[in-house]
Amino acid sequence: MATSRKKQAQARARKKKVRTPGLWSLSDRIGVFLAWAAGLSLCVIAAVITLFMAWKGLSYLNLDVVTQSPEASLEQDKTGGFLDPIIGTVILTVMGAAIATPIGIGTAVWLTEYGRPAPLARFVEAGVEIIVGAPSIVLAIFGLLVFQQGFMAPFSFTAAGGEVFGRSFFAAGAVMSLIALPFVVGGTREALNSIPKHVREASYALGKDKASTIRRVLMPSARSGIATGATLGMARIAGDTAVVVVLLGASLQLAPEGGLPVIDVLKGTGSTLTSYVFQNSPAGEGNAPEKAYAAAFVLLMIVVGLNLAVNWIAKRGQHKWV
Amino acid sequence: MEAASLGTKAVPKEEDPTNRRVELLLGALASSILLFIAGMVIFVFLKGFPSFAANGFAWFGAGGNVDEQLANIFNSPADPAEYVYFLRAWPLLWSTFLISATSVAIGIFVSVFTSIFIVEFAPTAVARVLEPVVKFLAAVPSVIYGLIGILVIVPWINDTFITEEMRESVAYVIQLDGSSVIAGVVILTVMICPIMIAIVTDSLRQVPRNWREGALALGVNRFRALRTVSVRAIRPAIVAAAVLASARALGEAIMLSMVTGSIGFAPNPFDGILFFFEPSRPLGATIVDGAEGLSVAPFGQTMYAFAFILIISTAFLSFAGWVARQSLAKYSVGAK
Repeated sequence: MATSRKKQAQARARKKKVRTPGLWSLSDRIGVFLAWAAGLSLCVIAAVITLFMAWKGLSYLNLDVVTQSPEASLEQDKTGGFLDPIIGTVILTVMGAAIATPIGIGTAVWLTEYGRPAPLARFVEAGVEIIVGAPSIVLAIFGLLVFQQGFMAPFSFTAAGGEVFGRSFFAAGAVMSLIALPFVVGGTREALNSIPKHVREASYALGKDKASTIRRVLMPSARSGIATGATLGMARIAGDTAVVVVLLGASLQLAPEGGLPVIDVLKGTGSTLTSYVFQNSPAGEGNAPEKAYAAAFVLLMIVVGLNLAVNWIAKRGQHKWV
Repeated sequence: MEAASLGTKAVPKEEDPTNRRVELLLGALASSILLFIAGMVIFVFLKGFPSFAANGFAWFGAGGNVDEQLANIFNSPADPAEYVYFLRAWPLLWSTFLISATSVAIGIFVSVFTSIFIVEFAPTAVARVLEPVVKFLAAVPSVIYGLIGILVIVPWINDTFITEEMRESVAYVIQLDGSSVIAGVVILTVMICPIMIAIVTDSLRQVPRNWREGALALGVNRFRALRTVSVRAIRPAIVAAAVLASARALGEAIMLSMVTGSIGFAPNPFDGILFFFEPSRPLGATIVDGAEGLSVAPFGQTMYAFAFILIISTAFLSFAGWVARQSLAKYSVGAK
């Protein structure tokens, strides 16, 4: 990264000295103008979104809204805060990442270190791409289909008639892990690919076999790549709405099911910041735009924070191989 | 890919059973992703099949008011023999296609020009700002785009562009209130551009320096050299970017359900300027709106039929994008 950036800077410096003479026709001038316009307008859009959300969010954000549970009310003042959705977001994010990380690492290790038979490995690669592209709403209703089966009853609420409700933190967390999975796979693969061959050879020379080389040599070096992928995945989970609307029941407050501590919350329904924003926008039932702005601001902070964490981890964990 | 095979070649030949087990275990884990995808496609299809079966190919056709048909399906009698399945899904399909295709088409131009700007013309300081800006735009959750859309852009369109005459001219069919195709397209374009910019910028940077220098040496200016050499060299990357962005656009549900008015109406290009301001509702948004009714058997099956269309088209697009990028890796000279 660092060296390539330096090279680019050098290349740029070189370019500046040698002005290409060239004839600038009108269409070329228009092209350059469009390039500037496109680049700058993206900056402006990002700045407007940030400033607007900060202005709206901060003007409605106060200690009450983040410490009170939401209440159903027609008046915006009485709708309480969004403590439960914040908790919901945290639970789902952690759960999704916790499920996705081991599966993602396993897949990535197999793809990079084994990858036999080769056609199967390529299909798995394409499969990961398909999961990236699969709309979360489709993943969500497929998840509902699975979790409504009888044998999945322990994971959600079962009605008196024996019908399985299929909506719970378990269900939503499992589907959310699919959203994070490609990021974990990508991060791990990138890290493994950047480890030079001679590191593996050194380990074999010391008499380690392949499995323990992966476990003792490659995994520790890939740690920051894995963390980067998982954090990116968490940012994605925190920002997803469709899965929450379909699979978490999007109930206002956490609704624990059954008597076991912790498990009861995970078995029950709830909501997250995304579904809270959705429900409280004019498109939803709550229609409390002020609360929606405040919640959206908190959500944006979480997502941006996770993305900054990615940069930080990547920078800190950068391994210099000789 | 090279690095992948390097590891395997270096291993001593003797196969230890533990290693073999580890390989099989990891392989099984990785392959379960394929099983999962197959299972998802099959089960979603089976669940949605009654809706296709009852309508035949007319399912994809136009006819009647799709919202009324969905309401009838939702209110069908409890007796399975009398379930209503009648559906002509064209307005939803058209809306999905229209919104995704338009925003991808606009997005290609915006992202190619932005990438050219980042790679060649931007002053170092601006380029350094643009990189996090693109990442930020990609990271903003769709519900926040939707919130800004419904609270700012939709009212603005309503106040600025829609005149009383326009409202009256279509009052007997639809209400124009600003939630419109154009709002959806504009916001969706902003949402999918970062994906394309990332891919296009990456491959523009990988175009060998001497290719462009060759053009420059012939006395061509910088923009012309980029356009005729670099951009042409990375065409597969642009295709891959467009295809992946279309998959994302097709699947976008929440934002579109918020800003496009959520009315199953097929905007008519022959309506002139009105076309842009007509409401509509793509497939993904229809499923979100219908999420409450999934437990009503025929309605749920109809929703799964929509989901099947979505998953098949996005899976196809993702696969095509993957193939396009493979070919890029194979043919691009000097790519790292």
